[in-house]
Amino acid sequence: MEYNGGSVVAMIGKDCVAIASDLRLGQQSVGVAMNFDKVFPVNDKLYYGLPGLATDVYTLREQLRFRVNMYRMKEEREITPKTFTHLVSSTLYEKRFGPYFIEPVVAGLPSPTELDPHPKPFISTMDTIGCITTPKDFAVAGTASNKLFGVAEGLWEPDLEPEDLFETISQTLLNAVDRDALSGWGAIVHVITHDKVITRQLRARMD
Amino acid sequence: MTVQIQPQEEAVGFDFSNYARNQFLGQHMNGLPKATSTGTTIVGLKFGGGDSGEEEGVCLGADTRATAGDIVADKNCEKIHYLTPMIRCCGAGTAADTEFVTNLISSNLELHALSQGRPVRVVTAMTMLKQYLFRYQGHVGAHLVLGGVDSTGSHLFTIHAHGSTDKLPYVTMGSGSLAAMAVFESAYKPYLKREEAVALVARAIRAGIFNDLGSGSNVDVSIITKAGCETLRNYEMPNERGVKSRNYKFRRGTTAWVKENIRSLIVKEDVKITSGAGKEQPGIEPHPVPVGAGPGGEEGMDVDS
Amino acid sequence: MTLLAQSPMSLHDTYAAPVEHRFNPYSENGGTILAIAGADFSVIAGDTRQSEGYSIQTRYARKVFQLTDNAVLATNGFAADGKNFVRRLKQSLEWYQHNHHKQMGLKAIARLIQTMLYGRRFFPYYVYNILGGIEEDGSGAVYSFDPVGSYEREACRAAGAAQALVQPFLDNQIYFKNQQPEPGAEPFVPGRLPLSTVLGLVVDSFTSATERHIEVGDGIEIFIVMAKGRSPESLLDEKLGEGMTIEEVPPVGEGGEERTFLLSGPLKRD
Repeated sequence: MEYNGGSVVAMIGKDCVAIASDLRLGQQSVGVAMNFDKVFPVNDKLYYGLPGLATDVYTLREQLRFRVNMYRMKEEREITPKTFTHLVSSTLYEKRFGPYFIEPVVAGLPSPTELDPHPKPFISTMDTIGCITTPKDFAVAGTASNKLFGVAEGLWEPDLEPEDLFETISQTLLNAVDRDALSGWGAIVHVITHDKVITRQLRARMD
Repeated sequence: MTVQIQPQEEAVGFDFSNYARNQFLGQHMNGLPKATSTGTTIVGLKFGGGDSGEEEGVCLGADTRATAGDIVADKNCEKIHYLTPMIRCCGAGTAADTEFVTNLISSNLELHALSQGRPVRVVTAMTMLKQYLFRYQGHVGAHLVLGGVDSTGSHLFTIHAHGSTDKLPYVTMGSGSLAAMAVFESAYKPYLKREEAVALVARAIRAGIFNDLGSGSNVDVSIITKAGCETLRNYEMPNERGVKSRNYKFRRGTTAWVKENIRSLIVKEDVKITSGAGKEQPGIEPHPVPVGAGPGGEEGMDVDS
Repeated sequence: MTLLAQSPMSLHDTYAAPVEHRFNPYSENGGTILAIAGADFSVIAGDTRQSEGYSIQTRYARKVFQLTDNAVLATNGFAADGKNFVRRLKQSLEWYQHNHHKQMGLKAIARLIQTMLYGRRFFPYYVYNILGGIEEDGSGAVYSFDPVGSYEREACRAAGAAQALVQPFLDNQIYFKNQQPEPGAEPFVPGRLPLSTVLGLVVDSFTSATERHIEVGDGIEIFIVMAKGRSPESLLDEKLGEGMTIEEVPPVGEGGEERTFLLSGPLKRD
């Protein structure tokens, strides 16, 4: 976890979710790259972040891409955030005694269905061996997780509109990674609403 | 020529492929990352029967805090897991292990019930859990309190991660077990009424919540009698966060950004209903599909002929 | 079986090395402290829980102490060292007063603390100190120390178990880090926030830390040192949080100049 550094945070707003990550890739204390995005899309309204060991970020991303594509072909529908969370969780627990060093964060807006015409925004996070937590407010992971917990607990409030949620998640991430030697070097924020996904790149301290 | 297909061994169970790598990594960094653990208070209690005049049953209780080191990872997690309609199981220890072990055993119990054509007994659940845990020599870190009602009555067990079990009228486990057991030892008596049992379990969990740093937030309770199982999620919520003294909404435009990309999504699609391919429709030129050519072959591709 | 063919000694290799038992004089007792300086006041706060491992030793142990009429010290880490350090510091300050017929200034107390801490360079007091008060020029000041006496004057500082949770929050709310000022508006200046805002931030910092850190909780004590000439009316009129009480702390010396108040309230106990 501390080898490459990196952090991810997700938050729930009013009919929207946001997920953000820093862009640093390091090798212990040495910064290597400032374009290492740790957040990936699954489909239009479902994103996930993989902070942790960089080699496992790629392995797990490809593994999940394969499994999601298989799901899509077998089921002929898009995977829901909840199902995807369980997919990630089982993928991690498979390696219970030799885990991937990744703490995934999932953020998505479930599409309305006949059974559930007004689905709630969804976020979740897991530890390295796939124990799921599904908070109602925010989820954090990575080397700055303690700092993110502190700032998010202070700044987050319920029912933020997409633009307000952008401000809150951005401020949370920036101020947390500024106090973490292994995270930072720029940040990227995705705000997912029912009609669009806003992606913004932020500048951050370079030390 | 006949091709002999070798029966391949199915890949089941855990995958140790990263194990050697992680040991190496652990030596070169300051240790391996810690998993979420439920530094927990979980309890169970038998009640009813005897001179209580009530049906006998078991009452299980749990707090709702999950920790990662000294940080609270989840303020309201569920530690009372479903096994069968009449059996529940509280979990302490490594959170992922308690979750996956109870899920696995729950599935196996359902298959067992189906193959035997009758509801499973609590001892069966207990045996399956202890045999599974013993096989992993304590490395699957699940410490459980198992309770339920079956054809032979009500039963309560504790199961430790190494596979040892106890059968007792009142039990506690987790980091708050001493605080909770102190309550039980001072106030438990046989043949409690249902209401008294629930109150005592809640008091034991509260003792854990307030006196053990590993336990916190809310009280969950499950009551199982012959009549069925009732789960009271967040039976007590003594630790709600009050309103903050300040408002932390930022002015829009507070955060500076360098690049923006807006991806518009399709919100609504209008689908024009058409009937079978090749059929005549008003306003649409017919394009007959040649039978016997292309996919579908002889049968053609007529969907609703 | 191959395992049984092994020599019986090798099966017990793990027990071959002698186990060394050593007395560890230090312990860690949790809790968190913070201090924020204003233009003509200083706020120094701490929670009141003292714990070891997963057990609460007491729900009320004071971590913030009045030193002089214009200085308050918050101490966190190993409680026994903290208690002893404060006792010896107070004794030094008393001697100073007897010798010089005046109280020691804040800047001098800060230097004294450094000397005392560095004096134990190779057997340190395992404590993180934050000193808050009023400088001789009447401005609010905060000094923060490491266990061996390295120190610095700042506008705000958090220390202790939940330092990682609170400090970035204060960076954002006190230093306005990462915030762009409104177009056309003046740039933000740290250290000029009104007292009511600061008190709100302190309370929210502690309630947030209580939510997410298992070692923080039970109670909060906030000391407010006001420069001379500043009216305390604004403080007494504050709408205090639920269960909060306020009292004036009597002066150590002659008094009549700076005034110290103690605002205390409950935190979650789980």
